[in-house]
Amino acid sequence: MSLDLPLIWAGIIAIAVLLYVLLDGFDLGIGILFPFATPRERDVMMESVAPIWDGNETWLVLGGGGMFAAFPFAYAALMPALYGPILMMLLALILRGVAFEFRHHGRTRGKPFWTAAFAGGSIAATLAQGLALGGFIQGVTLKDSVFAGGPLDWLTPYSALVAVGLVAGYALLGATWIVWRTEGELQAKARRWGWIAIGATAVLLAAVSLATLLLHPRVAVRWGFAGGVFDLARLLPLTPIPLAGLAGLLLAAFGLRRNHHVTPFLGAYLVFFSGYIGLAVGFFPNIVPYAMSYRQAANADNALALMLVGVAILLPAILGYTVWVYWLFRGKVGGDAGYH
Amino acid sequence: MDLDALILSRLQFAFTIAFHIIFPSFTIGLASFLAVLEGLWLATGRETFKRLYLFWVKIFAISFGMGVVSGVVLSYEIGANWSHFAAVAAPVIGPLLAFEVLTAFFLEASFLGVMLFGWKKVGRGLHFASTALVAYGTLVSAFWIVSANSWMQHPTGFTTLADGTLRATSWMAVIFSPTFPERLAHMTLAAYLTTALVVGAASAWRLLKGAEAESSIALRMAIGMFALVAPAQLLVGDAAGKRLEEVQPAKLAAIEAFWETRTEQAFHIVAWPDRAIAGNRWEISIPKLGSWITAGRADAELKGLKAFPPGDRPPVFIVFWAFRVMVGLGVAMIGLGFWGVWLILRGGPERSRLFLRAAVAMGPAGFVAVVSGWIVAEVGRQPWVITGVLRTADAVSPVTAGQVSASLLGFMVVYGVIFSAGVIYILRLIAAGPSLEDEPPRDTGRPPGSALGALDAEGHGGQS
Repeated sequence: MSLDLPLIWAGIIAIAVLLYVLLDGFDLGIGILFPFATPRERDVMMESVAPIWDGNETWLVLGGGGMFAAFPFAYAALMPALYGPILMMLLALILRGVAFEFRHHGRTRGKPFWTAAFAGGSIAATLAQGLALGGFIQGVTLKDSVFAGGPLDWLTPYSALVAVGLVAGYALLGATWIVWRTEGELQAKARRWGWIAIGATAVLLAAVSLATLLLHPRVAVRWGFAGGVFDLARLLPLTPIPLAGLAGLLLAAFGLRRNHHVTPFLGAYLVFFSGYIGLAVGFFPNIVPYAMSYRQAANADNALALMLVGVAILLPAILGYTVWVYWLFRGKVGGDAGYH
Repeated sequence: MDLDALILSRLQFAFTIAFHIIFPSFTIGLASFLAVLEGLWLATGRETFKRLYLFWVKIFAISFGMGVVSGVVLSYEIGANWSHFAAVAAPVIGPLLAFEVLTAFFLEASFLGVMLFGWKKVGRGLHFASTALVAYGTLVSAFWIVSANSWMQHPTGFTTLADGTLRATSWMAVIFSPTFPERLAHMTLAAYLTTALVVGAASAWRLLKGAEAESSIALRMAIGMFALVAPAQLLVGDAAGKRLEEVQPAKLAAIEAFWETRTEQAFHIVAWPDRAIAGNRWEISIPKLGSWITAGRADAELKGLKAFPPGDRPPVFIVFWAFRVMVGLGVAMIGLGFWGVWLILRGGPERSRLFLRAAVAMGPAGFVAVVSGWIVAEVGRQPWVITGVLRTADAVSPVTAGQVSASLLGFMVVYGVIFSAGVIYILRLIAAGPSLEDEPPRDTGRPPGSALGALDAEGHGGQS
């Protein structure tokens, strides 16, 4: 029996990227919401993610490092193609990452500076990820498996729309996380942020979906949309995906309305999950849309096999201690709980 | 390929990795130091060790954070700026970097949270285990990255297929390539020395301001490290250097500014090597010593740079001088160690203000030596990125000079800001010192959620 190593690795990388979005999404979202909070609320918001943000961001390193190791030809094609947004994301992540520590050491000028760096860095990193995602969906020009497009191919009104949409989505994750992990006035405020973010996410998600169907026929045809008409035989099996997104939005709204603590966050996760699967439908099995399949991009079988042994042993351990750390830092922060 | 994009990409990679290497070389040692301090506290119950732990963990948090964010950059920069290298090297060293993420990065990141914020959430034993796991993670990370780099220095365990791509034939030969053992030992000892120098400098500075039990103990621990590790480093470095004769003779020739292949090579104490004239413009040398140092006997024949085509010679001037800076600082570290031990035997280093000042002055020496050593290793490998397999000029991405200029400028500004701020905050912490009396009362507005907030909780109760 031989394993289909490229397919297994496509699954592993897809899960790593999804986990990155779900985990770092809410702590980036907290930075996006920073401008709307009072200084005291900002401290509590940051406290709610301070012990876990570093682990969350490590999934981004696994996404990049794993892509290099498992799909080097896709990595070598995509990184130069998305050079602008990738480098912008890295610079922004540096500023917001050091802010976790530096905010506490800054004094009269330092603290406001690092507060702004955390907010600005979180927003810029999210916009950069959205621009990269938009550039990715648009497709990448390759010649002989090497990037052959222009330096600003990724910058279009479409990718800008995706970027703004991602800011709304991460803000929704951040707001619902705060609802879950805080109480009192800040929690009430986060509910209001949550309502705004649900509305913005719903509108922008619909706009991005529509724009994708209209502007990118190669994606549209996967959804049974070609020549202005829907092919129901293709569309119907896929309808659970957008319906799950709608259900997520409704679940989040329901949770906010009933003053639930966790439900809104779960609803937001459902929205992201459906969006992620919806994207995959648009370009799978391409890993560089629409020019390279994951098989063409895959590393040598002996490298994939060696790493699979490592993943089989290490990934359960990583997930295990990650869950343990989240469990350790469970519960509400702020007020009289936690570190006081 | 755009020539300016190549030069700018090299500058950017050199800048970002030289900036990054500063932090791991400090935090690898500091994590181990913290594990030792916490272990000593648990074993002896002496509060001094706990106060030292709580003091250095704050500095660790700042440094580790800067190391993390500057390290994330590298995992994307390889593809963004060196995509051809990525495509060529991945079949062989891809797994090594993947294993670094899986075995080290997650471990460090997750248990760092427990280490900094779990003081009141877990028991003492589990907290100590978290510190030890972070320390272990930093060493595992060094293992993989030095393994990958050693393979690039002298690749083994692979074959080139008909279509030009590489395949690993023996993973053991890839991971444990011939230069790896000495280079891993060299890097680890360098990290321990760098940390000891910073701990020694901070403690000496505190002692210059007045007596302090914590700083006296920390200074003695640092002196012990200088006295043991610095001489060991000289031996390991020498072994690594001798290995170069077989595996990277061009790098060795550049380090020593040998031009002619001959026996009885002279040792150049100082020189001005110039590739344009393929020789040294001037030199102060000791006859025959070069062959003797490298091969153990004066009649050993050693290759000179002229044995290599001009296009295969590494830059000489920078490699020659970076090596001398590194070795000169290493000798100074050995001297500081022996001086300190002598003072301890004579009643205490605290009494010699001259020694304390020297220890303060040597505080940054480890960083300078590490970056110099890195320059020797990486510039000495040029013009190759993978020796004999791929030239640096062929490794670059299809990006434009404009793109790389913009990102390089971005890195210079952002790194300039965070480096200045980080150094200021660390110096402020050192100025405040480890004594509990110096800690401000916790209702002065220090926010919860900081490492300090977590640590302040100790002794104030109130955990719910």
